[in-house]
Amino acid sequence: MAQIIVVTSGKGGVGKTTSSAAIATGLAMKGHKTVVIDFDIGLRNLDLIMGCERRVVYDFVNVINGEANLNQALIKDKRTPKLFVLPASQTRDKDALTKEGVGKVLEDLAKDFEYIICDSPAGIETGAMMALYFADVAIVTTNPEVSSVRDSDRILGMLQSKSKRAEDGLEPVKEYLLLTRYSPARVTTGEMLSVQDVEEILAIPLIGVIPESQAVLKASNSGVPVIIDQESDAGMAYSDAVERLLGEELPFRFLKEEKKGFLKRIFGS
Amino acid sequence: MSLLDYFKTNKKPSTAVTAKERLQIIVAHQRGERDAPDYFPQMKQEIIEVIRKYVQVGPDQVSVQLDQNDENLSVLELNVTLPEQN
Repeated sequence: MAQIIVVTSGKGGVGKTTSSAAIATGLAMKGHKTVVIDFDIGLRNLDLIMGCERRVVYDFVNVINGEANLNQALIKDKRTPKLFVLPASQTRDKDALTKEGVGKVLEDLAKDFEYIICDSPAGIETGAMMALYFADVAIVTTNPEVSSVRDSDRILGMLQSKSKRAEDGLEPVKEYLLLTRYSPARVTTGEMLSVQDVEEILAIPLIGVIPESQAVLKASNSGVPVIIDQESDAGMAYSDAVERLLGEELPFRFLKEEKKGFLKRIFGS
Repeated sequence: MSLLDYFKTNKKPSTAVTAKERLQIIVAHQRGERDAPDYFPQMKQEIIEVIRKYVQVGPDQVSVQLDQNDENLSVLELNVTLPEQN
């Protein structure tokens, strides 16, 4: 049975799409057949981050409306075997997503895939609610910053009351915290909430800490999920998160400030 | 931090500590509302409107709270600060 994982946050710009692309790619690299779906109807971006924007013919809404079948709409990733992308439509309004329509598509995908990653739009409107409704697992992407943490807490409330699992009285959605854009140096100087602070406030298990990294912009510039760049700190941190998602226990890396050279110690950076 | 920073007299509490304290308060408040039933915000609004038909009170002088102490007992608490009689 396929596992449905929603990557969500409430707040925009915290790294949901970057994380969805990285995690989906990581799962496929581990040999699991994975599809990543863009739920941001009208503002699709996952295709750009995945580097398949020129190969979009049909989209999620076409499939829901029966204008195309899944095989026509799914884009096979060129880099990673076993990885597929289902893009959002660029033109339609978000009401195109219905519980019945989305449920049917997920049900069909579940026959063929091990992991279904739902890249949620920001906010708490239809698209975001549809992305989390069918989830088994939620990866709550959060920046160590007040508005992001507060919105993440709101989304946790939604997962506990508005998801299908909550409505059907099933085992609740498994919630994990993914802390992104983390700067250990700023935590040391007391300018940024620490991992422990955010964990304490949100009170959900931590699945990964992604350091603020130049590799993320470089990766999105070239349309390559950052996890492919295994030289980079962010790439390695995403790999760790994927392994934890698969049940491995790994120590958290990149939580400490990198050592500074002698001159930097004197003059600062 | 550079070595020069050690000589600065900067002993303000860090902003991260402030952030954490503010978040703890707002999140606790948010969670209190999370467990309330869907009709609660509207019911609260209507109760306030009924009171204001008879007594001049501002919205911050009325507090309506729902406490679920255990599974069998919910308490609806209504607190109205009445204006002084002239």
